[in-house]
Amino acid sequence: MLRHAPMEKKEPQASEQVEPFALRDCSLMSLATGVRVQNLRELREKLLVVDRSAIYHHFWGRLLQPHFVEPEYNNDFASWAWRALHEKALAERLSMVNPARMTDIEDLRQELVEIVEARLDESELVPWARTDQAFHFIRSQVVVLDTGIRVERPEELAEIVPHLSRESIFYHFIDARRRTPGQVDDFSAWLSGYGDTYEELRSRLSSIDPYFATLEDLRAILSGIFREFFQGGKEG
Amino acid sequence: MSDLLDSYALVAGETEVSHLRQLARRLEGLKVVHVNSTRVGGGVAEILQKMVPLMKALGIEASWEVVTGPPDFYRCTKGFHNALQGMSTGPSEALLQVYEETNAEEAEKLRPFLEDADFVFIHDPQPAALLQHFPQRKGKWIWRCHIDVSRPYRPVWKYLRRFVSSYDASIFSLPDFAQPLPHPQFLVPPSIDPLSEKNMELPEEEVQSVYSRFDLDPHLPLVLQVSRYDRFKDPLGVIAACRLARELTPLQLVLAGGGATDDPEGEAVLQEVRDAAADDPGIRVLVLPSDAHRTINALQRAADIVMQKSTREGFGLTVSEAMWKGKPVIGGDTGGIKLQVVDHFTGFLVRTPEGAALRIRYLLHRRDKLEAMGRRAREFVGRNFLITRHLREYLSLMLGLLTGDQDRIMVA
Repeated sequence: MLRHAPMEKKEPQASEQVEPFALRDCSLMSLATGVRVQNLRELREKLLVVDRSAIYHHFWGRLLQPHFVEPEYNNDFASWAWRALHEKALAERLSMVNPARMTDIEDLRQELVEIVEARLDESELVPWARTDQAFHFIRSQVVVLDTGIRVERPEELAEIVPHLSRESIFYHFIDARRRTPGQVDDFSAWLSGYGDTYEELRSRLSSIDPYFATLEDLRAILSGIFREFFQGGKEG
Repeated sequence: MSDLLDSYALVAGETEVSHLRQLARRLEGLKVVHVNSTRVGGGVAEILQKMVPLMKALGIEASWEVVTGPPDFYRCTKGFHNALQGMSTGPSEALLQVYEETNAEEAEKLRPFLEDADFVFIHDPQPAALLQHFPQRKGKWIWRCHIDVSRPYRPVWKYLRRFVSSYDASIFSLPDFAQPLPHPQFLVPPSIDPLSEKNMELPEEEVQSVYSRFDLDPHLPLVLQVSRYDRFKDPLGVIAACRLARELTPLQLVLAGGGATDDPEGEAVLQEVRDAAADDPGIRVLVLPSDAHRTINALQRAADIVMQKSTREGFGLTVSEAMWKGKPVIGGDTGGIKLQVVDHFTGFLVRTPEGAALRIRYLLHRRDKLEAMGRRAREFVGRNFLITRHLREYLSLMLGLLTGDQDRIMVA
């Protein structure tokens, strides 16, 4: 149960010009790039040239991959640095890279390369992984589906969001950040069409840290925020 | 046919089935043919038995064809299988010739089905050489590799690569298996069918009946490994592990397997297993017919612990089967088992009989842990390894191949 301070609602502004929110779903396909690295120097070299969508996949695509435990580190590079190279300091630094702050995937690539280079400079030996623990670069292909559902008014989100699939949450809350101006989620982008009526709500949405949450967790957090805002926290 | 989809919605969820319908809308009426080398036995046949009807239920014109050949054809393809999984020996020139001749003959037989198909899924190396006989093919051809090819015997991979590289795409179960190839390589793990006789819920009496049927002691913990008699499944390692564990913790072991019609080595391995078990009253070596799905289901449900101590494994459907029944799995730290067994959460990954023995003893002494792992195992399979997810990924990659290699594909 989420507990937020009560939020102030303003009267909705005239919204004739705001298009309904098109609810979509998606299916994420993983593709091997054929690029694998066995040590930290190779990681640096391949990070410089690997496909953009591979960088994306290792930050976000993992949310739709089979996993069970709460991730100790929040991107695949950091996880590999710890699990395969036993480089805790590197894992910690890599895990603090925030892709949401980067306006372009190339900035993200550069940030990663710099962190790896810094670690290589500090190390006397190049850290190696065991043969069966190579890092395999994977890229994603997102197939986007139109559910046919249109959300006419923002308050409908309180009813609809709790029933969205994990993939739908991924598409609107994660994938949106590489499609929308300002790298925001789709809900915030849509609500901004109503001027500052939902500014407080958008602020709540932007405060969610999607890093350590599963998609189910994110759905619950989003549901709680919409319910709180539109229904004063009442269930259903 | 939509009744079939409705029945899956009850297990996999309405959302998953809704995804399937949306994806399939763009693929309705397309002709999709799957080709492998056996209708019974082994994981590929089991998957196709339900994958094809499900595709049909979604309005896709799906069918399943099988290539067959003389005994030397299967000797050759078994040689491929062993070599791709790392054994440093390959089929002789004479066997390779039989392989190519068989594929040429089968190509003529299958021409009416494959030439104008929109998608052809060729499963594993047995029918891989068909492609070269279809220069006028209309559709996209996809090579689906179910084998652990993480460290193949290079001369054999080099030989097969000649055939495989001409495909429009390939599918591997894990990124570790992908190879340098000049086309997109999709990563799709296999799956189990929760509604098949192998995995459906069973009445408790039927589960308990395995004790009398197979002369087992209902008061002793039951450790089970279900798999073909194949050296890569390490049945001798399982026997060794159970004998070690039994020195301190009483238990009984059942090894249950059958043969696939395309595996000529099964008899020899079975004999090795029988020799190792000798007349040990605590070990049962069962040879079950390929349609003994309910029996396997009942054995898995009766078991306390399920093992899959393979030394190489493409995926290991028996792992997900056992996990779906709420059993923790002690598996070899290899291939697709690593994707299913999350070490210490849904079971244990081991590298030696000693490691397996240690985990058997631990789980039998810590029933609370055993049950908690079993619950997590079922949940994990439900989310990741049911056939509906597998089908969704096949439909998605088909759409991807129709649309072109883009990062984002919009389906109206």
